[in-house]
Amino acid sequence: MSIEVTGVSKRFGDFVALQDVSVSIPSGQLTALLGPSGGGKSTLLRIIAGLEYADAGTVGIEGLDATALPARKRGVGFVFQHYAAFKHLTVRRNIAFGLEIRKRPKDEIRRRVDELLALVHLEQFAERLPAQLSGGQRQRMALARALAVEPKVLLLDEPFGALDAKVRKELREWLRRLHDEVHVTTVFVTHDQEEALEVADEIVVVNEGRVEQIGTPDQLYDEPANDFVMRFLGPVTQLGDLLVRPHDVALSPGADDPDAVAGRVARVVRVGFEVRVEVSTGEQVVLATLTRTEFLRLGVGVGATVSVRVVPGAPVVAVPGSVVRSGLEVPAR
Amino acid sequence: MSSVRLTRGSGLGLGVALLWFSLLVLIPLAAVVATAAAGGWDGFWQAVTNEQTAAAIRLTVGTALLVTVVNVVMGTLIAWVLVRDRFPGQRALEVLIDVPFALPTIVAGLVLLSLYGPDSPLGLDVANTRAAVFLAFLFVTLPFVVRTVQPVLAELDREVEEAAASLGASRLATFRRIILPALAPAIAAGAALSFARGVSEYGSLVLLSGNLPLRTEVTSVRILSSIENDNLGNAAAVATVLLAISFAVIVALDVIQRRVGRRG
Ligand SMILES: Nc1ncnc2c1ncn2[C@@H]1O[C@H](COP(=O)(O)OP(=O)(O)O)[C@@H](O)[C@H]1O
Ligand SMILES: [Mg+2]
Repeated sequence: MSIEVTGVSKRFGDFVALQDVSVSIPSGQLTALLGPSGGGKSTLLRIIAGLEYADAGTVGIEGLDATALPARKRGVGFVFQHYAAFKHLTVRRNIAFGLEIRKRPKDEIRRRVDELLALVHLEQFAERLPAQLSGGQRQRMALARALAVEPKVLLLDEPFGALDAKVRKELREWLRRLHDEVHVTTVFVTHDQEEALEVADEIVVVNEGRVEQIGTPDQLYDEPANDFVMRFLGPVTQLGDLLVRPHDVALSPGADDPDAVAGRVARVVRVGFEVRVEVSTGEQVVLATLTRTEFLRLGVGVGATVSVRVVPGAPVVAVPGSVVRSGLEVPAR
Repeated sequence: MSSVRLTRGSGLGLGVALLWFSLLVLIPLAAVVATAAAGGWDGFWQAVTNEQTAAAIRLTVGTALLVTVVNVVMGTLIAWVLVRDRFPGQRALEVLIDVPFALPTIVAGLVLLSLYGPDSPLGLDVANTRAAVFLAFLFVTLPFVVRTVQPVLAELDREVEEAAASLGASRLATFRRIILPALAPAIAAGAALSFARGVSEYGSLVLLSGNLPLRTEVTSVRILSSIENDNLGNAAAVATVLLAISFAVIVALDVIQRRVGRRG
């Protein structure tokens, strides 16, 4: 394991930001800390980096106890959401900063910076100031600057959060390819579940200062540990006492399926390739998303009676506080 | 730039600014220089090399420079404490910083006289010495660097310092290579204000310094006595020298600031 966080707690005044958090992050992988804003992701990342200190618990990096080590001795690269560029230095000097601090020979620094400039595709921008770069370029510069000192682990706090959607998407694909090239143990924070599912090898879901679940994107998606994880990873709908994803809800015409709930189609909305069908079962409105083809095959419209059931084998999670009733009731009509 | 074209609005703005600047600054300055030049080069040279005048210029400029250096260090330090630390009495200090600036200078002079004069409750009598001039300069110029540096320091992005730390920089290296270049323009501006204010100071030191010719007499006192003796040419000559020195200091500060600002 490359990063071992054990029993870490952190308070800001009365506010509990992290509560007994333990996470093991494997070497050489790309791990995402995923969760809603304010959940404590940045705090956890900053504690790993030594930019913040835990009230309790320990942090190990590559087998070394780093709990009391200052940031500059941890061998950790950190990339901030808002770039934290050294505004008075050129791109080249920004990237060289850590090497200059380590008093490496001048020609070695030059060679290494040239390599990094090529790695992040900023060769033509070497002599520019950060203010003359776009957001995406600045963030690539920040990444090169962090990689220059060959950190044991690379930590990124919402690295693409300040960029517009298109650049964001490009950069996260680029980050994935870069990681496959460089292979440094990487942890990045995001509140965007799509970003985490698309890029990460492993995802740690953090919420209200606790870890909700750790697993691969597939594990999280197919076996969500609780309703929070289920809801956070994408749209859900409720059928009886079960949370289910709308695309795992199957509809069939008529009300004669004994294993299903009968309902009436209340609304049909088509958004691009998908058709969203809202079915009122009397006590609930269940959302089903179908492809256009599926919907046409179903051949029903608003007001029609349909049977609603969960596709066999689809992940479901019980709504907390409810007792799952055996069998789904068919409402009286 | 080969050709800069102004829009109507910005042309008007520039015109008004230039006119304003001319009326308030350029024309009076030109008048002083013209008065100084009226006596011819010999008259000018005699006026400024007069033993008593030259001593006053040396004392004033030397003390102003020294005070400016002290202010650059202390002012930055005080600004740092005010922005980065939390301590009881901070709000009070925050207000008190401006007192030397807000106080009528003659009141400052009285304060200094009663504190460091012959009846000093501290047993510290600097009356009629050059230390009195130094002290008075220091007192009235205290706020300048503090007040120019403080807002810039408050706006500095803390994450930039954290980035430097994570790249292996010590606190000192971070200060020297990252923070100082960012503060340099503000420090230079504060230093220029502080120097100019020192050179022109009158009220706060006139009581404590004793105005002893060749020893504690400063240029503002010297200029005033020239005028009282109906020797406007002499006064203008001294003023012109001060003008030239201040200009040189401001240019030098700008050069230093640019150097520091690009280093890191
Ligand atoms: N330095 C701090 N002082 C006080 N509260 C803080 C500080 N840093 C973070 N917090 C609080 O801790 C909580 C978790 O913050 P953070 O770790 O930034 O969450 P996330 O990155 O998941 O959005 C937030 O409610 C935030 O307001
Ligand atoms: Mg955050």
